[in-house]
Amino acid sequence: MTNKPVGSVLLAGGGISGIQAALDMADSGYYVYLVEKSSGIGGAMSQLDKTFPTNDCAM
Amino acid sequence: MNIELLTLSEIENVTGEQGNFTVTVKKNPRYVDEDKCIACGLCAEKCPKKVPDEYNEGLNKRKAAYIKYDQTVPLKYAIDPNNCIFINKGKCGVCAKICPTGAINYDMKPELVDINVGAVVLSPGFKPFSPKGIDYYGYDEIPDVITSLEYERYLSASGPTIGHIARPSDGVEPKKIAWIQCVGSRNTNCAKNGYCSSVCCMYAIKQAVMTGSHLSSDDNEQVIFYMDIRSVGKDYERYYESSKEKGVSYVKARPHTLLAGPDGVGVTMTYTSEDGTQTNNAFFDMVVLSIGLEAPSDAMTLADKFGFDLTQYNFAKTDSFAPVSTTRDGVFATGAFHSPKAIPKSVIYASSAAAEVEAVLSASKNTLTQEKVWPEEMDISNAEPKVGVFVCSCGTNIAGVIDVKDVSEYAATLPGVDYVENNLFTCSTDTQDLIADKIREKGLNRVVIAACTPRTHEPLFQETLQGVGLNKYMIEMANIRNQNSWVHPNEPEKATAKAKDQVRMAVAKVTGNYPLDDVEVNVTPRALVVGGGLAGMNAALGLANNGYETVILEKKDSLGGVAVDLYETWKGELVKPGLDAVIQDVENHDLIRTFTNATLTSVTGSVGSFFGEIARGEEVETLEFGACVLATGGHGYTPNEYLYGQDSRVVTAIEFDKLLSRDQAKATAGDSTVFIQCVGSRDDQRPYCSRVCCAGSVVNAVLLKKKNPDMDVYVLNRDIRTYGEREDVFKEARDLGVIFISYTPETKPGVVTDGEDLLVRVHDPISGMFLEIATDRVILATAIVPNDTSSFVDMFKCGVNADGFLSEAHPKLRPVDSTVDGLFLAGLCHYPKPINEAIAQGKAAASRASVVLSKKTMKLDAIKSHVTHTCDGCALCLDVCPYNALTLVEFEDAGKTHKRIKTDKALCKGCGICAATCPKEGIVVDGFTQSQLRAQVDAILERV
Repeated sequence: MTNKPVGSVLLAGGGISGIQAALDMADSGYYVYLVEKSSGIGGAMSQLDKTFPTNDCAM
Repeated sequence: MNIELLTLSEIENVTGEQGNFTVTVKKNPRYVDEDKCIACGLCAEKCPKKVPDEYNEGLNKRKAAYIKYDQTVPLKYAIDPNNCIFINKGKCGVCAKICPTGAINYDMKPELVDINVGAVVLSPGFKPFSPKGIDYYGYDEIPDVITSLEYERYLSASGPTIGHIARPSDGVEPKKIAWIQCVGSRNTNCAKNGYCSSVCCMYAIKQAVMTGSHLSSDDNEQVIFYMDIRSVGKDYERYYESSKEKGVSYVKARPHTLLAGPDGVGVTMTYTSEDGTQTNNAFFDMVVLSIGLEAPSDAMTLADKFGFDLTQYNFAKTDSFAPVSTTRDGVFATGAFHSPKAIPKSVIYASSAAAEVEAVLSASKNTLTQEKVWPEEMDISNAEPKVGVFVCSCGTNIAGVIDVKDVSEYAATLPGVDYVENNLFTCSTDTQDLIADKIREKGLNRVVIAACTPRTHEPLFQETLQGVGLNKYMIEMANIRNQNSWVHPNEPEKATAKAKDQVRMAVAKVTGNYPLDDVEVNVTPRALVVGGGLAGMNAALGLANNGYETVILEKKDSLGGVAVDLYETWKGELVKPGLDAVIQDVENHDLIRTFTNATLTSVTGSVGSFFGEIARGEEVETLEFGACVLATGGHGYTPNEYLYGQDSRVVTAIEFDKLLSRDQAKATAGDSTVFIQCVGSRDDQRPYCSRVCCAGSVVNAVLLKKKNPDMDVYVLNRDIRTYGEREDVFKEARDLGVIFISYTPETKPGVVTDGEDLLVRVHDPISGMFLEIATDRVILATAIVPNDTSSFVDMFKCGVNADGFLSEAHPKLRPVDSTVDGLFLAGLCHYPKPINEAIAQGKAAASRASVVLSKKTMKLDAIKSHVTHTCDGCALCLDVCPYNALTLVEFEDAGKTHKRIKTDKALCKGCGICAATCPKEGIVVDGFTQSQLRAQVDAILERV
């Protein structure tokens, strides 16, 4: 590659996986565009009550 | 600040290539101005149009003006254009009239924006399988047959029944609930989903366990109907076993006929058990269908737009050695998009994708991001305490129970309080502006937030203080929600009195607060990776590719770890070429140094600045590093059963893999081979599932059948746990004639010799008979045991579980971070896992460690112990400190030698055990001094 890459990344999907990737990259020096289809992030995890195997609250 | 959120948005088009993509994004209108919306909820309250609420799986209604859920980010309402009366018919408009900030705008239009990026990560999630139209489950006809996602909403306190379980047909509390597993998974008839969805066994067990605590009577029953229970994750097997003690029962059967119960209430079910007995019309109050996870509905569109390949099930196609890379350069997939996965794995793969992106973009690191700059801090050392109290209504969460006006009026009467305000949401963006304004305008130098928990919200308020130059430790939170309104919903008067007590205590404490400075350490931008297996090497590559010098310590004389002995992955990729390529990359990387025959013998320091002593034979050298990845690996358990070590025809799975590499003709010869699963796993000594053995044996069984079709191949198992798309290999094995016989701990098989013959005896539950199999080879799928980690536990003070696997900071949300800051985990030292997952975790550890290494300095919380002049060096605190943060030092004063404790602020976590132990306030924790705590206690006792 002759030119320097663009120092930003686009992330499609604001569930737990997208949020974690966004945080890691933003915290490491890369600008993140987080694109989410619905009106808010959180994805399927936000619909869960508790999580196994610790019975922690998903929210 | 460096994340831009584009909600209600979708990808339209993409051009360019890795390093320089232009992605066209369509931003759909929210019809609510995000800058103006204060999330007061009036629009939703007054909106006349009710529609099924997707968040609650349609079990209740929301309005056309809505928020997804109470904690949605961004906390801004939206108008659903498909249902809004004004947008569709030009009438109504009530929300625009009622909105106090004029945020409603029906004229918003979709916008197309071009975004220039160097890489793309796709995490579109999954689509829950719909059981609609499958007649034998009766989901369309029988009201009391529901999906697991619907049941999840019933269990949730924010769900349609506020956490009360009610039989849908008549609203009565159920007694007997059944779960049916594999609905839409492992099914190619009605679902075309041959794969296992990986998560349903565990969520069904969780739901069954949680159900007991939601029902009012102890007279209840939960039954899970399953094919194989696949509790393959860390601590999952214990959870499964403990569920049996909690009364959950398990039936190995696939129910085939479900009918509505008498008068349309409940469900009757007919099923055939493993031994062939049929149970007719068993009655259950409710039946929960454990629905599987499918590829997201836009998988094909995304694959088309970006130009990458999908698997036959429309998941993103990836390679075991590059588990998040799609077939298009610069485009990565994570989450459930490359196979169904639970939360921890989604998080690991997410960090792994971050590492891959960082490797591509590292030349442009920090070119587009900004660092937050705070204004200079004001000097309040001589100022009288002026406290501002902000009482949050939290919508109706607090105000629905507590009289917040009364609490606010009371707060104004407290000593030192200068300003009080009640807010609908104290955490909202506009309230932050208001708090900042009031600090400036009224000269406030202390703030009390009477709202929720500091665990989640204190950092936000601290930032608000910092933003106006007030030291961020001049704040206290009174948790009048979680510790009050939520637990006393039926006693509003007492709750209000308690809220006043809480506020009085917080005011008393904050009055004694004094400015504190965060501890700052310089970060050494170098990483240490302990362990040169696939996980460790990938961690090192991830770090080095992101620009950080990395040192690998390997205790053996060469790189490779356990993978050296493995033959092929479940996807059929040969391990050796993949492994050799990784070793070559490591050896050729300018930023990676590898020390073989090396061990770490001591560690001091903390996150950002560790010092390690490395021993190589007689040589010892000190290495400074900012972060460390432990990838110390594991090994196969050496069995002392099934004639292992006594008869050379009995081998372990790893030994058989080695033979496959060395002499395949010999490995595949013979008339019969028997695999025995769970050798040393899932027993009293190692009550965990080793995760990799089922797929490993099934893959080798298929290979044997393909090379030698006349061979009889048996797999004796307790459950076959070929999770994910590995299930296809299981099916292939059955199609090729591999015979699977299940056993239980009570009916373990026996291996004996009779003259020259090697015999395996096993009870066949289907025929009910004992079989005796004469065989040429027995292959034992032995447990994966972690290598000894005790020295690391000693040196780093990191956590370890009962099985010897190193502990993560949080099993769901921080599965790669260890319990010690700056220390990360990857590979078999964390839990048994196959190659692709070990590599993903290695890369994930690199990403997590990069977050530390990317900082020049590291700020650590200022809540630390400090030693006062009353310390006489009695050293009582020394033994109780769990973090080795205290040392006893000697100093000279007036010709005399004294002893005194010294705190290493970088190691101290502010737990306060030292302060509680000290008889003379010789050591105190800033922010929690005796006088501050005493003030709180005095305040609470005031009313008594």
